[in-house]
Amino acid sequence: MKQPIYLDYSATTPVDPRVAEKMWRYLTPDGDFGNPASRSHVFGWRAEEAVEEARANVAALIGADPKEIVWTSGATEADNLALKGVAHFYGKKGRHLVTCKTEHKAVLDTCRQLEREGFEVTYLDPEPSGLVDLAKLEAAMRPDTTLVSLMHVNNEIGVIQDIAAVGAMVRARGALFHSDAAQSAGKAPIDVNRMNVDLLSLSAHKIYGPKGIGALYVRRKPRVRLEAQMHGGGHERGMRSGTLPTHQCVGMGEAFRVARAEMAAENERLRALRDRLYHGLRDMPEVYVNGDLEQRVAGNLNVSFNFVEGESLIMALRDIAVSSGSACTSASLEPSYVLRALGRNDELAHSSIRFTIGRFTTPQEIDYTVRLVREKVAKLRAMSPLWEMYQEGVDLSKVQWAGH
Amino acid sequence: MAYSDKVLDHYENPRNVGALDKNDPNVGTGMVGAPACGDVMKLQIKVNEQGVIEDAKFKTYGCGSAIASSSLLTEWVRGKTLEEATSIKNTEIAAELALPPVKIHCSVLAEDAIKAAIADYQAKAAARKNKPANAA
Repeated sequence: MKQPIYLDYSATTPVDPRVAEKMWRYLTPDGDFGNPASRSHVFGWRAEEAVEEARANVAALIGADPKEIVWTSGATEADNLALKGVAHFYGKKGRHLVTCKTEHKAVLDTCRQLEREGFEVTYLDPEPSGLVDLAKLEAAMRPDTTLVSLMHVNNEIGVIQDIAAVGAMVRARGALFHSDAAQSAGKAPIDVNRMNVDLLSLSAHKIYGPKGIGALYVRRKPRVRLEAQMHGGGHERGMRSGTLPTHQCVGMGEAFRVARAEMAAENERLRALRDRLYHGLRDMPEVYVNGDLEQRVAGNLNVSFNFVEGESLIMALRDIAVSSGSACTSASLEPSYVLRALGRNDELAHSSIRFTIGRFTTPQEIDYTVRLVREKVAKLRAMSPLWEMYQEGVDLSKVQWAGH
Repeated sequence: MAYSDKVLDHYENPRNVGALDKNDPNVGTGMVGAPACGDVMKLQIKVNEQGVIEDAKFKTYGCGSAIASSSLLTEWVRGKTLEEATSIKNTEIAAELALPPVKIHCSVLAEDAIKAAIADYQAKAAARKNKPANAA
């Protein structure tokens, strides 16, 4: 078994060898290295053909028309283009947007920028499950709301929002609906028409494609308009200028093709591995799953080991690559804003570990992880004053702490 | 983030983890920090009649640097007089462990912890003195 064991597939994934194999053929002098925008020779035509085949594969995974796919540098750019593009274009119609506090920073920080420009944004609190309540969302809508942005799958806790229900409501209220699907494409079924999604952000590197490429789905019927954020040669029907990176587009297309073909079987395998991990840990005292366990993608398990601090646990788990909701590594000492938004107390928010399982994870790796986590949590609890107090029956919420 | 070898050593093999009887009149207990900030340190010292710290134990909830700071401190205070222990500065701990700037607060917490433990011991001792000697 190779170590360290990679259990951070929600951060990024390795490129599937089948994807890499296709990509390199669009780079070298012997390959189709042409500029897809070159109309005057075969180098350009071949590159364009490859880009369009990739575009069709991306579109197919989400039930879209290839003409509705705009290539970007990744999901962050797609989020920026969707939010700023719509807010600016429809600014005369209304200047209010609605989103949720547990969105990715690419959405939240873009909303902050729009607020600086004079737009108004409502940030909804999620339920303790991590999901947004539809009635509360509807109550936040105003006549001047132009856009609702809610992610499909949360990056930290993996919960799946019912975006079909959101889409139907937003459509009925006459606003546009954007969803960040960076964590859901290839993991949860997406059909932009059935779900009434108007704009959808996609990333390649979360689903075994290369980093540096993503896409924004932009609905054509009824037509959604955007103000471009990147100006230049008028590529991507004027919505996003810049020479297309053929090999990156090809990589994303191939990754999405594979995902579409294998998603059902892969999800079953991932769910079995995730349950194996969960069942290996659940009988430990004071272990809490963060977010709804049922409405969740197969590969995600986010748990808090109460009375153990996340960063020290990660340090103890050096043989496995996981991430912590505890951001003690930053100067702010703030625990995960996502877990805080779920109403988790500080101890639990500081004690969380995100395990994300993927295509190359094996049962042996899961079993090793279970053994290691149990051993290290026990060791750290033996030296935790909070665990000692808990064992003595002290109610930690009643203690007067000397903060610093 | 990369940890120094000394932090790793104390983290892997923490010295003097444990607890002393907090009701023992010769034991001083200091607990500092807060779960909300991500670290809580409990430091206990046992002081003999000569005013020398003959034992020290700690328990820490926190990152590797916090654990290492408290572990190192228990090593340093053993065999020291209360006066000597009071004079330990957080900067000495930070220097010894090569803590990066974002982890300096861990050494500050350790300094606070020993000061709190000494204050607790001294408060106990003062209370004993003020009590009538012929209580029996």
